[in-house]
Parts: sequence; structure tokens; C-alpha cells
Amino acid sequence: MADASRKVEINCKVNGEARTLQVYPMARLLDVLREELRLTGTKEGCGEGECGACSVLIDNVLVNSCLVPVLQAEGAEIKTIEGIASGEQLHAVQEAFIACGGAQCGICTPGMVIAAVNLLERTPNPSEADIRTGLAGNLCRCTGYMKIFEAVVRACQKQNSEARIQNPE
Amino acid sequence: MRAYLPEYELKPAASLTEALTLLSDEPGVWKPFAGGTDLMVLFEAGKLLHKKFVNIWNLPELRGIEVTPEFVTLGALTTYTDVQANEVLQQEFPMLCQAASETGGLAIQNRGTLGGNIANASPAGDSPPALLVYDAELELVSTQGSRFVPYNGFHTGYKQMRMREDELIKSIHLPRVSKPLLHYYRKVGTRKAQAISKICFAAVTQVDASEIKEIRIALGSVAPTVIRCSRTEDVLRNRKVNAETISAARLELAREISPIDDIRSTARYRLRVAQNVLEDFLTSLN
Ligand SMILES: Cc1cc2nc3c(=O)[nH]c(=O)nc-3n(C[C@H](O)[C@H](O)[C@H](O)COP(=O)(O)OP(=O)(O)OC[C@H]3O[C@@H](n4cnc5c(N)ncnc54)[C@H](O)[C@@H]3O)c2cc1C
Ligand code: FES
Ligand code: FES
Repeated sequence: MADASRKVEINCKVNGEARTLQVYPMARLLDVLREELRLTGTKEGCGEGECGACSVLIDNVLVNSCLVPVLQAEGAEIKTIEGIASGEQLHAVQEAFIACGGAQCGICTPGMVIAAVNLLERTPNPSEADIRTGLAGNLCRCTGYMKIFEAVVRACQKQNSEARIQNPE
Repeated sequence: MRAYLPEYELKPAASLTEALTLLSDEPGVWKPFAGGTDLMVLFEAGKLLHKKFVNIWNLPELRGIEVTPEFVTLGALTTYTDVQANEVLQQEFPMLCQAASETGGLAIQNRGTLGGNIANASPAGDSPPALLVYDAELELVSTQGSRFVPYNGFHTGYKQMRMREDELIKSIHLPRVSKPLLHYYRKVGTRKAQAISKICFAAVTQVDASEIKEIRIALGSVAPTVIRCSRTEDVLRNRKVNAETISAARLELAREISPIDDIRSTARYRLRVAQNVLEDFLTSLN
């Protein structure tokens, strides 16, 4: 059978770096990140939008990369788990996940961290309900969620106390 | 089995006109691709039979929420996140906001669109019952211009709708009503986030001196399409809410809907729950 589709050129930024890709337009962003760019931090759980393991930020919007055809990433800024730490310095959310034991097998962790970072950027003082809503699209088969929940609360406290030190009243 | 990627086409469109020209030059060959939250699930499962799509996600003509004294107009690409953030919708169309907040998790709400939800034509869609009771109208566009169709009656059978192959949904118009209405929305599913509903119930009503004046009821997952239950509405209009009215309405609802057994639930369960939710709604009016 003749292939209908040709590869196309996609230009986007991934974790701050400009990238040019030759890809099939319907390729899942997830596969392009993992297989073309070797950014294997982003995981595949379900491949159908249910689990959030593949969460990334596109133009600062939380999405499931398994549901995004790469054509729709043209011109976009993508942030994956590899872009969350600043060099050696882990993000407050990552540190809190370690401190609270929020990761076990680790498959859900990159997605959880991305979703939590996104939550804290939008809602710096989340209520319990906000945390539940913010992470509702992320499934974890190991931790039972409580430690993840605690990690988000801890990261939030740390961020807010640092903010107070930087901007004393 | 996974889909064979090179067989699929996804064409960019620089403007709405360009997308519409493609749809009308080869009718039925190209289909719109919006947020992809329905299409990509099929694609990954190897069940996406159609293979040629035109990307509409980036078209500004299909985006945005506009408010005039008579209408709120939602671009077809309005996402569930956009819906929840809009103050006029929160105040006047709360059931649409509630449906949006109960549709998938945040990542789905950021990408799933109202236009896609309507055109996907699932009988289990959660926004359609709200749109039906809010008397929504759809604006359909093609290269020949645009036309308005009432949303009630748009779905004519399972996955069948009054939309030509060269058309796409441009926007959804919600008439603003000045009278205060009571809103009642219930999605019954296995869990809050993500789960597809077993049934979904939306109603608006206006009660005057304990008599039902205005009433509109719509349900999802109880027929081949989402449906307005106009016969049940007729039974209720100009009646006082009492035990007799409630049992008459339960009976009429059973005649009006045609639930089926499927993986998520059974026909018997759906009928019973639909009747119970109707009763709960009516009881809440007193
Ligand atoms: C994990 C998960 C959970 C979900 N939960 C729910 C839920 O709780 N309730 C619910 O109702 N839905 C749910 N959905 C389904 C889905 O998110 C919605 O149906 C969504 O609104 C579809 O919009 P889209 O833009 O992603 O559509 P797409 O996938 O892009 O398209 C869907 C269909 O609509 C057509 N289409 C899209 N836009 C237009 C247009 N403007 N004009 C004409 N045709 C068009 C496409 O050709 C296609 O046939 C869920 C999906 C997932 C993956
Ligand atoms: S792999 Fe994308 S949501 Fe599960
Ligand atoms: S740590 Fe294993 S799935 Fe969450």
C-alpha cells in the first residue's frame, strides 16, 4: 500500500531549545519526544488519555502528550520532565516527592510532577480540593496517593516560605 | 493493533477559508481535527477508520467566547477549561460549567472542545444535555456561507447528524434568559474524574406559586443520541409537584427513553436511575 502521508518539518522549542523535526504529522507527541528526541522521562501508561503518565506542558498548558499529534506542536514551547529542574537544582516539587516518598515504581512520577508544578504555578495556595482536581487526571498504581498529596503540600509550603524570604513584608 | 502511522494525513490549514475549501473540494475525504481527545484514542487503538484530517485547532475564527445582551456565543474550539473560566457562563449557564468540570481530568479539559464533543456525537457526552436544555443553536459553516440549526434535533440517530460533509461547526449560541431559572445537573458515573457517564441528566425549570411553568429536561446515555424529553416536560408543565405528578412523570420518562445494556451499565439500571434522578430533581423544587 502506498503511504498517503509524507513526513513534514515541525519547528518547536523543547525545554528551551529550538528543534527541527522531520516527522509524520499524526505522530503522537509522546513518541516524538521519546523516540526522536530521546527524552524518555515522559512515560506512556495507557495511551488513551486516562492516566497522565505522558503529561507535558505545551505553551504552559498541561496536556497528555499521547493525545497530541505532533503537527499541533508547530511553533509551540514544550516543557517535559527533563526541563523541570534548573541544572543540578531540583524543583521544589521534585525535592518534596523524594522527601515524602511520593515515588515508588516511578512510572507515574514524571506526569505527577508536571501536573503538580502546573498546579502550583496556577494556584500558589491550593486547597485540598484544588490538589485533588489538579491531579485528578494522573493515576498511580503504587503509592495510594497520600504521599503524593503530602509532597504537593510540602512543595507548596517551601515555595511560599522562600517567596516570603525573597519578598519580606 | 496500533494504527499504521504513515497512512494518516493531518493537513495544516492557515485559515478557516482554507480548511473549508479543502472540505468542499473533496467532500467526505477530509474531516476536521480539533483537540484530538476522541480521535487520538481511536487512532492509538487502531480503530480510526478515517485517515485524512485537516487541523482546525489553531484557527482563531473558531475560538473565543463572545457575550452580547441576547446571546453567549462559544467558538467551536472552546475547551472545557475555557468554559469553566468564563464568568457569564458560571452565572447563567452553570450546568455547562459543571459538565465541563466533570469531563476528564485537567489535561483533557485543556484540549477537549465543545465542537468536538457535539460532532463526536456520543450518546454519552456530558455537555450535550446541558446544551439541549439551554436551547443552544449551532452555527455551521461551509464555503457557501453559514447557517443556524437548533441543537435540539441536530442528532438524528446514532452518530448521525444534520451536518453536511463540507460543513463544520463554527460556534454554539446560547440564548440568555433574564428570568431566573433553577438548574439541576447530575452525572452518574463510576468516579468523578475521567469516567464516562452511565447516565447524565440536565434540567432547567421555573416554578411559580409552586406550579411548574417553564421546564426543559435532557438526558445522555439513555437513547442512541442525547435527547430532550419533551413528552415528560409536557406531563410536568403547569402542574404542582406532588406524588401524583412525580409518578406520572416517571412513567412518561420510561416511555420516552430507550436505554441499552453495554459495558458501563445495564438498561434496567439506567432506566431506574434516570427515574430516580428525575424524582430527586422534582422533589428538590419544593
Ligand atoms: C480520558 C478521557 C476522558 C473523557 N471524559 C469525557 C467525559 O467525561 N464526558 C464527555 O462528554 N467526554 C469525555 N471525553 C471525550 C472528549 O474529551 C470529548 O468528546 C471532547 O470534547 C472532544 O473534543 P476534541 O476537540 O478533542 O475532538 P476531536 O477528537 O478533535 O474530534 C472529535 C470528532 O469531532 C469532529 N469535530 C471536531 N471539531 C469539529 C468541528 N468544529 N466541526 C465539525 N466536526 C468537528 C472530528 O472530526 C471528530 O469526528 C473524554 C476523553 C478522554 C480521552
Ligand atoms: S499515556 Fe497518555 S494519558 Fe496515559
Ligand atoms: S509510583 Fe508506581 S505508578 Fe505511581
